[in-house]
Amino acid sequence: MIVAFIQRAIVQSIPLLFGSTGEIITEKSGNLNLGTAGVMYVGGICGVMGAFFYEQSVETVNPILAVIIPMLTCILGSALMGVIYSVLTVTLRANQNVTGLALTTFGVGFGNFFGGSLIKLTNADVPSIALSATSKCFKTTLPFADKLGIIGDLFFSYSFLAYVAVIIALITSFYFNRTRSGLHLRAVGENPATADAAGINVTVYKHTSIIIGSIIAGFGGLYYVMDYANGVWSNDGFGDRGWLAIALVIFAIWRPNVSILGSILFGGLFIVYNYIPDLSLSSQELFKMTPYVVTILVLIITSMRQKKESQPPASLGLPYFREER
Amino acid sequence: MKAKIKSNHEPLIHIAKKTPVQGWRAMLVRAGAIVAALLVCGILTVFLTDLNPISVYSSLIVGAIGTPRRIWVLLHDLAILLCISLAVTPAFKMKFWNIGAEGQALVGGLATAACAMFLGNSLPPHFLIPVMLIASIVAGAIWGLIPSIFKALWGTNETLFTLMMNYIAIQLVSYFCFVFSVPKGSGRLEPINEKFWLPVIGDNDYLFNILFVLVLTVVMYIYLKYSKQGYEISVVGESVNTATYIGINVKKVIIRTMVISGAICGIAGFLLVAGANHTVADNTIGGRGFTAIMVSWLAKFNPFSMILTSLLIAFLDRGAIEIATQHKLNDSFSEIITGIIIFFIIGSEFFINYSVKFRKSEKKEAKNK
Amino acid sequence: MNRQVAIELKNISKSFGSVYANKDISMCVYQGEILSILGENGSGKTTLMNMISGIYYPDSGHIIIDGEEAVISSPKDAFKYNIGMIHQHFKLVDVFSAVENIILGLSGSSILNMAAATKKVKEICDKYGFVVDLNKKIYEMSVSEKQTVEIIKVIYRGANILILDEPTAVLTPQETQKLFSILRKMRDDGKSIVIITHKLHEVLSLSDRVAVLRKGEYIGDVETKQTNEAQLTEMMVGKKVELNIERSEPVNTVERLEVKGISCINRDGIKILDNISFVANSGEILGIAGIAGSGQRELLESIAGLQKLNGGEILYHDPKTGFTENLRDKSPVRIKELGVRLSFVPEDRLGMGLVGNMDIVDNMMLRSYKKGKSFFLERKQPKNLALKIINDLEVVTPNENTPVRRLSGGNVQKVLVGREIASNPTVLMAAYPVRGLDINSSHLIYNLLNKQKENGVAVIFVGEDLDVLIDLCDRILVICAGGISGIVDARSTTKEEIGLLMTKTNRGDANES
Repeated sequence: MIVAFIQRAIVQSIPLLFGSTGEIITEKSGNLNLGTAGVMYVGGICGVMGAFFYEQSVETVNPILAVIIPMLTCILGSALMGVIYSVLTVTLRANQNVTGLALTTFGVGFGNFFGGSLIKLTNADVPSIALSATSKCFKTTLPFADKLGIIGDLFFSYSFLAYVAVIIALITSFYFNRTRSGLHLRAVGENPATADAAGINVTVYKHTSIIIGSIIAGFGGLYYVMDYANGVWSNDGFGDRGWLAIALVIFAIWRPNVSILGSILFGGLFIVYNYIPDLSLSSQELFKMTPYVVTILVLIITSMRQKKESQPPASLGLPYFREER
Repeated sequence: MKAKIKSNHEPLIHIAKKTPVQGWRAMLVRAGAIVAALLVCGILTVFLTDLNPISVYSSLIVGAIGTPRRIWVLLHDLAILLCISLAVTPAFKMKFWNIGAEGQALVGGLATAACAMFLGNSLPPHFLIPVMLIASIVAGAIWGLIPSIFKALWGTNETLFTLMMNYIAIQLVSYFCFVFSVPKGSGRLEPINEKFWLPVIGDNDYLFNILFVLVLTVVMYIYLKYSKQGYEISVVGESVNTATYIGINVKKVIIRTMVISGAICGIAGFLLVAGANHTVADNTIGGRGFTAIMVSWLAKFNPFSMILTSLLIAFLDRGAIEIATQHKLNDSFSEIITGIIIFFIIGSEFFINYSVKFRKSEKKEAKNK
Repeated sequence: MNRQVAIELKNISKSFGSVYANKDISMCVYQGEILSILGENGSGKTTLMNMISGIYYPDSGHIIIDGEEAVISSPKDAFKYNIGMIHQHFKLVDVFSAVENIILGLSGSSILNMAAATKKVKEICDKYGFVVDLNKKIYEMSVSEKQTVEIIKVIYRGANILILDEPTAVLTPQETQKLFSILRKMRDDGKSIVIITHKLHEVLSLSDRVAVLRKGEYIGDVETKQTNEAQLTEMMVGKKVELNIERSEPVNTVERLEVKGISCINRDGIKILDNISFVANSGEILGIAGIAGSGQRELLESIAGLQKLNGGEILYHDPKTGFTENLRDKSPVRIKELGVRLSFVPEDRLGMGLVGNMDIVDNMMLRSYKKGKSFFLERKQPKNLALKIINDLEVVTPNENTPVRRLSGGNVQKVLVGREIASNPTVLMAAYPVRGLDINSSHLIYNLLNKQKENGVAVIFVGEDLDVLIDLCDRILVICAGGISGIVDARSTTKEEIGLLMTKTNRGDANES
């Protein structure tokens, strides 16, 4: 049962990991994108739309195209969301919080609208959006996983996007700590004026990291529909995972590698009530509260300890304007 | 020679901060943004439905205010949204990013429902309603107090803190919904006994809430503009340095203001639960806590302008829902429209606060000097 | 001596708005020399150097490097010409280590090789004798360590011309000595060092040549060996200018404010106020002269109750009751409650004294809004006061409901001073009240201060223009590096005397060469 629990926790954790990695990249450039929840919805629904049109247009589904097309549409959708946010906050210097919240309103609305209206809009002859064929392609696991017993179950039983999430998180960690451009990005988020004086193009770094961050977050939505939900889109099904991803950023104190373990912990907390015997329905709801409580505790402790390394990027939330010194 | 080299180094577009455009010209910029946004929304609607461009707007209007019933629903939506917007405003004026209105309103609603449930049998209605109001105020205030204490004492990031508090409130409500659910296990609360509903004025269910919020708007306007506390909020928001210089206790102001902000959110929860929904669920506030932030921001924290901005949002919301329903589309259509409108308006602020100069025009200026 | 020109400036001018910061400046920096740029506050030293390092672009004139005209429009351009500047406010990322800061912004392999970078930095350190832990984070560092990192950063980028803006302002005498010996080593290595300063003894002990700026103009340059303090002071302060300020003799002076041995240590652990004692009398203007950042702000803020002290007391002798109150560590509200009528015109007018986005009436209320028990504000009196100030002080404004941010500098100051005087103070403190003001507005402020003095107020005036201090004040207290270096009688002193006191350290050990 413990193996099953960990497996489920990991499956739950992947959307959060994508979301938090994307958000960390964005926040490292000094932009707090509260629109991540919306971006993840859009990523999910755009993947669904890509898959839907592809499944509708062919007789038999080519597994490679069935994976690539939704991924491309997902990237396109979430990148566009990133562009909206970065143009408004970086170029037009709009307030980040307001823009982010508007982006979430828009994104969640966009997801639910097309999720609920896609069939009607295309006059398709299907009762509901169930992309089982596409989902099957996404859920292809490693062939030798089931031969390895518990180890196989624990480590090799997931679909490829799960590994992509972990790999992206690890690469991001490496990028921040070991590469020149990562150093520059962190400088932009910490102290844009200093970065500017050192000859770093602050604007380019901000735009790029916001858009790449959005794309990565968008994959979280895609993973959720295609893998977790078996290709069935249900409105509001994604729930508050977007906000949980933002909470995870704080919990992981802006470190993608910590975020990997943190996401599994959050995923576990999210479903642990299923594994506690005789737990009443009401107590389940209390258990669902734990990730948020834990996040607040982390927030409080880090602010009380005042340890510089665990603080948010120093310029987080502030627009940068060179002449304003 | 020199000028030639220089031109390679001067940026092509130069952005400068300017004295904000004032009065009617600023309004013109904003109006332009709204018109542009409506155009985009119209094109989108035409694309998604079989309506022609003109009937898009007429269906929007009919959808929002086509029947008396619709007008009342619209006004009620406006009132609740306005109430929460009023609540977050003092905090924002102080530059305290309270994005926890959703949770603060929800615990207010929960407290209201709890009072009705537990005290309903022992207290007469004319006594219980004030008790419900006070309970909701206290609950909302506590939800606002917690993050503000940590902000005042340790500088804990209030944006993230209040955000997390929302979900704690949501789970708390879900928890109580199961604990007290009727029938057991359904996760839904029994509607509040009709005796404890807010009084019906005339024969309209919503009039009480609408009038209540109207009074609150005036009170908030007076509080911010004419009270000493409102003045202190402005000073702290504008400059903590100045506040210290004239001897304002900044920590006290932060905590006091957040208690007020949370308390009014609690009232919004009370109005929704006791005056409209008559029960509480985790989606009772339905994202209004977030929309309110945008309403308040767009209105530049002026309570009377907020009537207009919340009208704009509520109007589009209702109109879009009607269009969507008629065309058997999902009513999330309204959220897309709201999002687009807000994108345009916040984007337009840039043109009020900054001027964009192109290199060529700069040279001309230099010559004129 | 055959010297090669490293950089030549020809007829450089730069103005901000209508004010000339630099006017037609021509000068040279030679290879392998230490050049001091000497001048008072606001003489245009930093602006000039900022144009060489790419922060500003000159309005007119030429910069010539290696016989060719150089275009320097960004710090990056400056590095191309091997110029590096160390600013007073360090441009470092707090959470980065020293090495990370040093390599920040440079191009190179996309994967960082920290070991190689550290090795290269270490070589620089060994060569010039820098001592700093390269893996330490900036926020854990002392000011002098941060400065070291800034200097290494510039050298790492291959700078041959180093410009240092007031590098010793934040250093202890020991650290200053260490810095000087490093700078000399660099000079001997063929680098050109430009150091912006107004400390005469440092100029004399460190530099090879001195260039003097005054009020944006280039006064001249001299070889250090052939000059002395007196000559440099005269070049720096210029001839006495008569200002025609009407000054009355103090009458009926009594001790009003007595500051006894106060000390204060700031966040960086620097002793910003060092055992300061003085008395401010009623009916007298006490001037405070000193180089900017010598502790003037902290001194006034500690009297106003805004600065925690580490020692000493501030005694206020109440003229009405005759009681004496100790104001040390009391909050502004508490001070007011004690009946002490203290007014304070801070240096930062729109950031502290006034709220820029509020109108004149609301700014009047900053001091008085708490009056009365009512929950609501009383705007009638503030409005009358606003109208009175607009009328009496000839404030140019559309009306009393105009946000003060939209007023010109002089009018902003009139509003602020007018408000502070309106409360009938017994002590009036004003920090740089005429900075940035035109002659007429300045005179109006002088007259206001004089009137207060005649009314028996103890006026404390922090100024930077020595001519003004001498003509306006009765006594002048000279502050230097947080301590008092002298109190002089304004009627008999000279600019040179004050100038010397301003730059004299009582520690003395920085004087040896």
